[in-house]
Amino acid sequence: MVEPGRFFSHRLKSALVNATVSALVAFALFCLILGVRTVDTVQGLTLRPRPLLLAIAVGIVFSGRLALDLVWWNRTWRPAVAKPVWLKRLGSAVLQYGGIALIVAATLFPLIALTLESSLHLGLPLRYLFDLSIVVLTYVMLGSGLNIVVGLAGLLDLGYVAFYAVGAYGFALLATNFGWSFWMCLPIAGVLAAMWGCTVGLPVLRLRGDYLAIVTLAFAEIVRIVLLNWTQVTNGPNGVSGIPKPTFFGLPFSSTGDVTFSSLFGLKYDPLQGIVFLYYVIFALALLTNLVTLRLRRLPIGRAWEAMREDEIACRSLGINTTVTKLSAFATGAMFGGFAGAFFATRQGFISPESFTFIESATILAIVVLGGLGSQLGVALAAIAMIGGFEALRHTQGLKVIFGPDFDPALYRMLLFGLAMVMIMLWRPRGIVASRMPSILLKPQRGVPLLTKERSA
Amino acid sequence: MAYFLQQLINGIALGSIYGLIAIGYTMVYGIIGMINFAHGDIFMVGSFIALIAFLALVALGLTFVPLALIIVLLIAMAFTAVWGWTVERIAYRPLRESFRLAPLITAIGMSIVLQNFVQVSQGARVKPLQPVVTGGYKLFEQGGFVVQLSNIQILIVATTLVLMMIFWLIINRTALGRAQRACEQDRLMASLSGVDVDRTISLTFVLGAALAAVAGLLYLLYYGVIDFYIGFVAGIKAFTAAVFGGIGSLPGAMLGGLIIGLIETFWSAYFTVQYKDVAAFSMLALALIFFPTGLLGRPEVEKV
Repeated sequence: MVEPGRFFSHRLKSALVNATVSALVAFALFCLILGVRTVDTVQGLTLRPRPLLLAIAVGIVFSGRLALDLVWWNRTWRPAVAKPVWLKRLGSAVLQYGGIALIVAATLFPLIALTLESSLHLGLPLRYLFDLSIVVLTYVMLGSGLNIVVGLAGLLDLGYVAFYAVGAYGFALLATNFGWSFWMCLPIAGVLAAMWGCTVGLPVLRLRGDYLAIVTLAFAEIVRIVLLNWTQVTNGPNGVSGIPKPTFFGLPFSSTGDVTFSSLFGLKYDPLQGIVFLYYVIFALALLTNLVTLRLRRLPIGRAWEAMREDEIACRSLGINTTVTKLSAFATGAMFGGFAGAFFATRQGFISPESFTFIESATILAIVVLGGLGSQLGVALAAIAMIGGFEALRHTQGLKVIFGPDFDPALYRMLLFGLAMVMIMLWRPRGIVASRMPSILLKPQRGVPLLTKERSA
Repeated sequence: MAYFLQQLINGIALGSIYGLIAIGYTMVYGIIGMINFAHGDIFMVGSFIALIAFLALVALGLTFVPLALIIVLLIAMAFTAVWGWTVERIAYRPLRESFRLAPLITAIGMSIVLQNFVQVSQGARVKPLQPVVTGGYKLFEQGGFVVQLSNIQILIVATTLVLMMIFWLIINRTALGRAQRACEQDRLMASLSGVDVDRTISLTFVLGAALAAVAGLLYLLYYGVIDFYIGFVAGIKAFTAAVFGGIGSLPGAMLGGLIIGLIETFWSAYFTVQYKDVAAFSMLALALIFFPTGLLGRPEVEKV
């Protein structure tokens, strides 16, 4: 038996040593990058030291490591074993009914908001709320599309924004040059994006998966550079403007004109009508993406995707043509990206290459990773939490009090997304809403829920 | 002819920088078989550390350029190496036995983190540095066009050559190099034979990051302006170089770097500057389609 006192002092000592080493490493990391700031002055760049910031950063690392060593990694209690029954039930209920609840909530949201406003006059910022939910739903759609590629088929696509751009520019150019309507162009945008997906994917998909990641990254950059420089067609950095809004079965949403949506239904014209319509369009598109994915997962092709994600070599030895399987996933994902792009163009009315940078791809990937690779519900929740959450942070006054008046959380958005991606992979590789389970099982589950074993390298 | 020669010189200087970054990709790929997406951003961090160290030396009153450069080089290598080590320790080592996509996702996450960390801490504006290494030689003149070889270009190529030599010695003549080659062939067997695999992999990242820091310093001196985004494009190009030369092969990485540098320079000189990145990235696709093993690489056999 070791004396408890000595045991603790030994533990404390090793924890302190570890924390000191971590703090030293942190000091080396941060002393130049964080500890001094380069400032533009008349004489050129000069340095301004920030010792306080450096001290805070090193202090955080020191105490964080100390806490991890003493409390977390040394804990004797096991939280996972004695999970209360209600929590388990809640978890499975969320997995089972969460999707339906989300759909119902999203369908009713504009109606409830409009009714509340018209009856109670709460002064809700309706326009802002709808705009924000449209953005969130666009990311839900993009995340769901990318989820097919990354989550189901296990192909890392770092250039998803390229297909988004192809869809957006495809629609914008067709609409502004030939006057085609949104509904005509929507399928065309999808097909265009899918074709680009095939063109990029075909040569690379025969190779190891890692190469695909970097080629898609390069491809997205190529698309952006071409959009930026091919001025005769894309109008270069100035972008394409004057993109028409979608119509309600041919009825435009405007205050003027012969037959408009409001005049036909005898309503008073309100710009909100158009916005609510856009909301339902993107909601329908996001729903379509998820329904198609849901059905595809039950088809042989979807099962082949999931099998390929788990073990490609085993797949090939079972006679599955992995190139075709990969290509179909890639093209399907690209197609939904194209749809989302066309919607983005029609909503904004103006697009430029600025909207299609790597940051966008990274955001979508972060949503998929955080939601859980392959989990449709998770992706939807992650999109809501990350896009909506950051918008909420921007309006939180408390942060401004702590960090000063010119604190802008948007600056830290990608930093936090990146950190979250790393943390999720380290601690919960299945994502926040875990459902990395095969869609179809040979035998129904009994008793303990079956979890697919993570494939070891 | 004179114009061609001038572009050749420019291309070799640029290609040397790409080659130095490419070595980091190729070494990591050789030893653990993954693309270290964060490597381009390690290069960027190295460049920033070099810039800040240089400014600090100037502020301290050190104006003798060769000495200042050597000190900056050592500082940049040392501190960037710590970054390389930390990235491996935090994001890759815990995931070594995880599923295939996990380390790739943390790698891209790390890349985003580094980029945005530097953006947040140093600002998004470009950082200019007044020319440090100036002057050069006029080689010859033909039809009114002067072919010049600037001192900075000589410095770049000379540094690269010296480092390649040191590197070749490390890989082929030291215990560390032997351990690295052993891990490359069979990690499990190497660990059974007493090679500390974790330590070897860490040191590989440290060496790669140190080389990236040198590339960062040279880039800073050559172009005189950096920002938080340079690592992204330079990273893809250096990776292209690594694939082109045959991933896993060190001389291949250098050769690939030179080829990519030359392609980029000649494309800008004879076609359009705007599409120089497109040219370099298209080479990646072409290389992967037509000879995925690269110029000096070995064919990859996937073992189960």
